[in-house]
Amino acid sequence: MRNLASLLFAGGLGFLLMVFGLQFDFGNAPMLVGQAIQSAAPEQVGAANIVTAVVLGYRGIDTLGELAILFAASTAVGLILGHRHTSTKPDPDSGLILRAGGELLMPLLLVVGLYIILHGHLTPGGGFQGGVILAAAFFIPVLARPSTPLKHTGMMLIEGFSGAAFILIGLAALYSGGEFLQPLLDKGTLGNLVSAGTLPLLYLAVGLKVGAELAGLLAHLAAAEVSES
Amino acid sequence: MTLFGLEITLDLILYTGAFGLIVIGAAGIVLAHHLFRVILALAIAEAGANLLLVLSGYRWDAIAPILSGSESAAPMVDPVPQAMVLTAIVIGVGVQALAVGLAMQVKKTYGTLDMSAIRQRLEADIAGTAGIATTGSQDAPLGERPLPPADAVPVTPGSSAR
Amino acid sequence: MILISTVIVAIMLLAAVAALLFKNHVAAVAAVGILSLALSVLFVILKAPDVAMTEAAVGAGLSALVLALGLRRLGLWQIESSNSTQSSIQKSGEHTDA
Repeated sequence: MRNLASLLFAGGLGFLLMVFGLQFDFGNAPMLVGQAIQSAAPEQVGAANIVTAVVLGYRGIDTLGELAILFAASTAVGLILGHRHTSTKPDPDSGLILRAGGELLMPLLLVVGLYIILHGHLTPGGGFQGGVILAAAFFIPVLARPSTPLKHTGMMLIEGFSGAAFILIGLAALYSGGEFLQPLLDKGTLGNLVSAGTLPLLYLAVGLKVGAELAGLLAHLAAAEVSES
Repeated sequence: MTLFGLEITLDLILYTGAFGLIVIGAAGIVLAHHLFRVILALAIAEAGANLLLVLSGYRWDAIAPILSGSESAAPMVDPVPQAMVLTAIVIGVGVQALAVGLAMQVKKTYGTLDMSAIRQRLEADIAGTAGIATTGSQDAPLGERPLPPADAVPVTPGSSAR
Repeated sequence: MILISTVIVAIMLLAAVAALLFKNHVAAVAAVGILSLALSVLFVILKAPDVAMTEAAVGAGLSALVLALGLRRLGLWQIESSNSTQSSIQKSGEHTDA
């Protein structure tokens, strides 16, 4: 009976969504905001990647809220899972392939992550994608050698300082007479690595914060006690 | 190309994908018997919602929203929904990690991940904290039922555990 | 373009149904990863390269890793379907040793 009602609910939801969805004029989005941003972004922000201009310039406070949500989630995971008791023995170290591959991969992943973060205003990529790759780089040694856990204080320092740097750059814009998180500094020429003002710095802060946060979250999940029963 | 009198267009296929993912995810959330499946269904529904958001900003005659060279006059797809999806994906993985952590605690506390068993234990816990008897359950609710008579279908406590 | 979109949407829907119907939890997590990967290809077709990169890195990589770690800690990590849940924890330890 309950299954039937649930299936009916799912079918009804699908029908409703289909009726609403086919009313949209697909492929001809009005883009009232999008066109204004597209025409104004090269002069106002100076980033070749318009998505980056939206994420950090026009909707920067959204990104700050998103970082806050991520921080809350990672803190909540830490609170729920708690600290591992020292009496329980850690997992044995993994095999030779993962250990050697981890040592080889970690610096490469760091380089790739930083490359993607620093080119976020020119090419597809940026703080979130590069941050995830940085998190993988931080987490691979933990996966290879569970007996040497991640240094949570170092991660917390990186996370805290990069989060503070993001807010400080925003406050600096406020101090110099603009809006909160308004891009500062010289715009440079479109397409150069050093361009778009403070956007690469903001993305660097975002990337380090996301990387440290997700690495800490993964380490918490990996170090959680194996449940009995 | 037509099928069953319905013209198959690109937008129909893409919307079918997005709505299909949302509906499969919603059905999984309400139908799953195992807590871990609920987390997976949540991930599926989230993927569908992200696809729907990106679809809402698509234009036929547009290029990707990245300026290359000097021709900035070419129309682009809408960058605003893409920026929102970018943040939504990263938040999604945080939510998934939180859900996995909560599932670990449920397993540690109740020793099971079966949804109906968890629900029974949870109701018993709430009733015990409130100091009332746990006579009713979802399959045998309290109160009088007009028909059929209550002894026609014997309800055993373990019958609801699938 | 319509053909490749049809194929990718079909893969996505099949993977979504499979993720909910597979008995084996490891296979279900793998199906969700396949869904994310197909979705990232679809984002490239829809001219959203930023979103595609994020989906490939987060959805197919990190999310699958989070779910797999959760599976292991929940004691659901079973490669063979014949094992009981009790022995699977020991089994997973041996797998990482080997």
